[in-house]
Amino acid sequence: MEAYISLFIKAVFIENLALSFFLGMCTFLAVSKKISTAMGLGVAVMVVQTLTVPANNFIYQTLLKEDALKWLGVTGVDLSFLSLLSCIGMIAAIVQILEMFLDKFVPALYQALGIFLPLITVNCAILAGSLFMIERDYNFGESVVYGVGSGFGWALAITVMAGVREKLKYSDIPAALQGLGITFITAGLMSLGFMAFSGIQL
Amino acid sequence: MDKETKKVLFEPLVDNNPITLQVLGVCSALAVTSQMSTSLIMALALTSVTACSSAAISFVRQHTPGSIRIIVQMIIIASLVIVVDQLLRAFAFDVSKKLSVFVGLIITNCIVMGRAEAYAMKNPPWQSFLDGIGNGLGYSLILIMVALVRETLGSGKLLGFEVLPLMKDGGWYVPNGLMLLPPSAFFIIGLIIWGFRTWKPKQIEHNEFKILPFSHGLEGGHH
Repeated sequence: MEAYISLFIKAVFIENLALSFFLGMCTFLAVSKKISTAMGLGVAVMVVQTLTVPANNFIYQTLLKEDALKWLGVTGVDLSFLSLLSCIGMIAAIVQILEMFLDKFVPALYQALGIFLPLITVNCAILAGSLFMIERDYNFGESVVYGVGSGFGWALAITVMAGVREKLKYSDIPAALQGLGITFITAGLMSLGFMAFSGIQL
Repeated sequence: MDKETKKVLFEPLVDNNPITLQVLGVCSALAVTSQMSTSLIMALALTSVTACSSAAISFVRQHTPGSIRIIVQMIIIASLVIVVDQLLRAFAFDVSKKLSVFVGLIITNCIVMGRAEAYAMKNPPWQSFLDGIGNGLGYSLILIMVALVRETLGSGKLLGFEVLPLMKDGGWYVPNGLMLLPPSAFFIIGLIIWGFRTWKPKQIEHNEFKILPFSHGLEGGHH
């Protein structure tokens, strides 16, 4: 249990996907103008991350990993080079299913998430979550915790960023630094803040 | 070289740079730039994937129904990335270990998808290929600029050769550790954008709010 808690804290703060690995930056910079939209996207990322990381873990552990096909009586087969293709396929499929499911059964949430859901397929934070899971060889339990934690960390980062940017629009910034430039510098300062967590030993 | 080719190849360098203006492909630009060698490999990998995928997508563009085009693009891109990934593992294992997941993340790099959607779906293969190379070069330019600053100031070396003799080896330079940490990449790209936009004022974004000069507030009376 303790191992899971420390993995969660690590995924949220110390190895924050957005601020220490720079993942999902394109959407992080583009959709962080308002707190409400940022939060909507954050929740969507968290939900998708929670579903895709364990799903990809299951596929990887039972089909693709070296000697994983032992349960079929096949040995010496290593299909791990297919993991990129299977991960992105899985993510696209899950996002599509989630979209249809929400549209049918929870229309209110579907309305709220709206355009963000399809965008998430190409959000690199999602793919990276699965790839990190493969690289670190998490088991199924760990992958569930890592999925929730990394999604939550990303959501936290984008919401905080949107909060800062809402205040920032009233400040007097050199014309050429306006918009994208100052956003980068703000993200840098936030990332510096998150660096402080890296000293924590778990 | 005719005019159109030149435009497609060189416009993405500064005038329409994928990172500083189109805000595409930022993730990897920040993450792999603490060393020049990884940045160069990454730039090469991304440029070749973008060029080949744009060409391939453009070849099949007339046979791809609009409703499934994203899936088709994804499969083409993912297959190319697997090829690049396997090549790197075979011939440059150390660098491939350092790049870790970022090679795989070329699949979701917005430059590749962005160019496929915006250019390759509407233009013939050769031009799409050139457009891919051009955007790859624009990306590479930023990557190399950032890596140049980070590696030189952060560890006093460039591609493993000593540039600034370090204090601990009897030289005079005290390395700036911040340059090797993630935040410095944000600052450097922010400053590069500032520089580019001062040079090309057309790219400046206008603010929704303007702060009025103080005297105006006094003369205007009430707000």
